[in-house]
Amino acid sequence: MKEKIRIGCGAGFSGDRIEPALVLTEKGKLGYLVLECLAERTIALAQKRKQQDPRLGYDPLLERRMEELLPLLVKNNTRLITNMGAANPMAAAQKIMDMAKKKNIHIKVAVVLGDDVFDQLNGDEISLEGGKPIKSYGNLISANAYLGIDALLPALQSDAQVIITGRVADPSLFLAPMIFELGWDPHNFDLLGKGTVIGHLLECAGQITGGYFADPVTKPVEGMEKLGHPYVDVFQDGSGIISKVEGTGGQVTIRTAKEQLLYEVIDPFNYFTPDVIADFSTVILEQLEADKIRVDGGNGKVRPDKLKVSVGYQAGYIGEGEISYAGAHAKERAIMAGEIIEKRIKHFFDEFRIDYIGLSALHGHELSASCNPYEIRLRVVGRTADKEKALWVGEEVEALYTNGPAGGGGARKNVQEIVGVISILMDREKLNPEIEILG
Amino acid sequence: MKKLAKIAHSRAGDKGNTLILSLIPYEEKDYPVLLREVTAERVKKHLAFQVKGEVVRHELPLLKALLFTCHEALTSGVTTSLALDAHGKSLSYALLEMEIE
Repeated sequence: MKEKIRIGCGAGFSGDRIEPALVLTEKGKLGYLVLECLAERTIALAQKRKQQDPRLGYDPLLERRMEELLPLLVKNNTRLITNMGAANPMAAAQKIMDMAKKKNIHIKVAVVLGDDVFDQLNGDEISLEGGKPIKSYGNLISANAYLGIDALLPALQSDAQVIITGRVADPSLFLAPMIFELGWDPHNFDLLGKGTVIGHLLECAGQITGGYFADPVTKPVEGMEKLGHPYVDVFQDGSGIISKVEGTGGQVTIRTAKEQLLYEVIDPFNYFTPDVIADFSTVILEQLEADKIRVDGGNGKVRPDKLKVSVGYQAGYIGEGEISYAGAHAKERAIMAGEIIEKRIKHFFDEFRIDYIGLSALHGHELSASCNPYEIRLRVVGRTADKEKALWVGEEVEALYTNGPAGGGGARKNVQEIVGVISILMDREKLNPEIEILG
Repeated sequence: MKKLAKIAHSRAGDKGNTLILSLIPYEEKDYPVLLREVTAERVKKHLAFQVKGEVVRHELPLLKALLFTCHEALTSGVTTSLALDAHGKSLSYALLEMEIE
């Protein structure tokens, strides 16, 4: 049993920067590196890729992230825990084994399986969002349950250096190594609550080191171009010290920590994970020195009987077109252009929207009422089940060049296939997580 | 009158069709000001262009922060919304536009 454990977080979403994880592994003296790369929608999109090619469906950046990371993990004796397996953790593990073989690196990879529960659904399950049967939303394409520490612990008990998962609750990726290395009782819910607080603070990587925080006027942060990602020392009593590698950019302060602590938290007194219902309201933060904060407090009470399952469904296509106007009467010309398109095609779409970027696209008309910007970008967007129809939006906007108001420039168009995500709850007993070891 | 942005910072987060806004005073002594001025009702009115459901205010006296959970606030939720900012990430700065005493 260890006195403390050091865990770094080198990625906070699928598209995150590559190099902070390398810096952390090279210089952070980590026991564990976590790469959190899976959002609600990411896994449904990954399921679609797997349907098209059974060898795919894992994180599209997996190879690029592992290329330089793999030798560093071995050299520094750091274990990796990542949900980059997405919809296909087994294929991801095999890919990592192939890469290791080519590099003459001998490692074992543990694969955590069992989050994919698509075959267990019949479509009559009721969605938490709309209170309707999930089959009424459209063609279902995926269902992944949020696994927790009980799925991860057997993988940690193996001698695998890389642990790859599909859908696991983000804080559990951090809590599992705390329990394993510090010898915590997995039913000591106060400790699980404290560990979950720490996991939540780290899971978005750069969001606690100054990313998604910086404001050059009120919250200046230095070195954003080389933003360091965080690591934490977690102690036996569930307290932790969060910091970042010296020489990297960004800052770790009580302010950055408070913003992250409350990020995406629906109820700070009852934060649900598969492991515990944690209370964030009792957390105490203390600045020890520059870029070093102490986290203590937080509690937990029981673990939920039911687990959340994200269900993906086909939601049609979104067609989009944009064009810009500037100078005298830019606003009036953009509005005229929007009205022209609305009259011509709005009635063909299930949902239709017009935005004036630079004026009211983000915060609506009221807050921007007194504002008259020099340039405005018209954005038109429509949703439909028909891909061909979705193309019309961009085409109609482009046609404004010669048929619309004066001085329209810089037209762009695109069409996206949309995967909607809804949630259901599933009894814990229905899940059978298991691990497999490669190597 | 001054804008909230003068005395507080905020971060926006999303879960499905729910928008979550923290509100944190730069100086802890301003927490009671936020408590008095920034009620759930005022937030609901201020963000009416975006928030169609209930706004719940959570008070966190130990952390000296407020948290607003805004229901039916992201048109249909990030995965299917037609909004430019489907996550509502920019809405922290909409909250900070609020005028207070």
